[in-house]
Amino acid sequence: MSMFAVDIPYWGQSLLRVLGGTVAVLLPAGTIVYLFLFKMMSFMQSRLGPMEAGPYGSMQLVAEVGKWLQKEDLQPLRADKRIFKIAPLIVLVSTFILVAVVPFGPDAYFTNFQAGIFYALAVSSVSVLGILIAGWSSANKYSLLGGLRAAGQLIAYELPMVLAVIGVVIQAGTLNLQQIVVAQNAGEMFGWNGLGNPYLLTQFVGFVVFMISVQAELTQTPFDMPIAESELVSGYMTEYSGFRFLIFFIAEFANVGVFSLIAAVLFLGGWGIPFSWFGWHSMGDVDNWMNIVGPLIMVTKMIVLSFVVMWVRFSYPRLREDQLQRFAWKVLIPVSLLNIMVTAVLKVIF
Amino acid sequence: MGIAKDFKNGYLSGLGVTMKTFVKTVTPKKMGGGAATVQYPHEKEAPPIRARGVIALREDNCTSCMLCARSCPDWCIYIEGHKELAPPRRAGGAPRKVNKLDRFDIDYALCMYCGICVEVCPFDALFWSPEYEYSEPKIADLLHDKTKLGEWMETVPEAPELEAGAEKKKGK
Repeated sequence: MSMFAVDIPYWGQSLLRVLGGTVAVLLPAGTIVYLFLFKMMSFMQSRLGPMEAGPYGSMQLVAEVGKWLQKEDLQPLRADKRIFKIAPLIVLVSTFILVAVVPFGPDAYFTNFQAGIFYALAVSSVSVLGILIAGWSSANKYSLLGGLRAAGQLIAYELPMVLAVIGVVIQAGTLNLQQIVVAQNAGEMFGWNGLGNPYLLTQFVGFVVFMISVQAELTQTPFDMPIAESELVSGYMTEYSGFRFLIFFIAEFANVGVFSLIAAVLFLGGWGIPFSWFGWHSMGDVDNWMNIVGPLIMVTKMIVLSFVVMWVRFSYPRLREDQLQRFAWKVLIPVSLLNIMVTAVLKVIF
Repeated sequence: MGIAKDFKNGYLSGLGVTMKTFVKTVTPKKMGGGAATVQYPHEKEAPPIRARGVIALREDNCTSCMLCARSCPDWCIYIEGHKELAPPRRAGGAPRKVNKLDRFDIDYALCMYCGICVEVCPFDALFWSPEYEYSEPKIADLLHDKTKLGEWMETVPEAPELEAGAEKKKGK
């Protein structure tokens, strides 16, 4: 937070971080819902989507949130009430603590963990707990089935995700997200540094495996068996209404945004632009204006990646439960293990 | 080989279809793009000429024979009538008896648009009209009386020409 050139007391910094974290979660969520869920999905189905609320329906989300807030807060009679109430909060909170390690610029970060990506992968599985207890506490067989499917799926796809990240970690030689960004932008591919070394190119297999796992972690179609509205009547969300459903809804799309941010950091070079363009060599050379431009670059990359996630979501039908598990264990995990092996060998050779 | 072909034909062409539709929808109407839908209250699609929108009544043709009311699966047609004497057709003849409609109501809250009443009417008193905008805030207002059903007659399109070789109606 040194970018403001004034000394902000610790409580002020904490307040700014909380505010920044809220913005970094809710702004992508709102953008993704409007741009992709409302508009892009409609265009892909040859219709216009919401057009009445605000210009081109841009206020539609405000109307929807207002509608949800007015609804009655229902609970099933036999539900485990206290757990039922906190389940959506657990899911949303995991998103907030996930964004804490994402760097947006050389000094624009919330925390600079040494083991940042390790923390991110660990924390991202907290949302499984929220989903599982939401399914369990609803006292509804469809909710329970949805919750169990979510647990099985999220655990199965966490593995290839972690293994895909290991390739990046080997190549960058660090777990720190900030240093992974620097390693990509200051790096070179076979002696040419015009583009830096975005791991999208040199870790392409890892990128594909990571994005597929993200699709499954976010329970987006074609991996949306836990929600499966046509067979499980929305799975673990069946019994939720009003603002508790709203929290699940926000968490779903905020997670798309945050995972896109993490993927941007890992594979697209994060907030940086290739350092060679401005004659920088390391973190110390980076100019201060990158603290303003960096977040914009991150948001752009986030939108591009979440576009891909949503494009796939709107194009493919749902897999079957056994196909899903087979795909994770028989395809993704062996491929990512192979990727690690090749990366490690090449790292030693070069 | 098989996997690569499946990938191209299944997964990639799937993404291609959605992207093609996306691009077509966002290109302006003038350039041949636009959505397949219309923004309903602002612009309207003309329904097909034989659309089953609302049933119109030609009161003069009705003899209150009750065939329509009896054949209605929902019992949503209410008919009351009485007999009246009309002047004879030829001078010196006996006065004719005609049926006069007191009430002819169709309850569109019940009607399921099967069209059996239109089919069954032997005197061509009932017609389909493609008009569809008659929703009401109160459900009771969906009961259309004979004046309102008569007004719908203006919206009934001309009967289309019979196909070549179709059986002609036998005249007297």
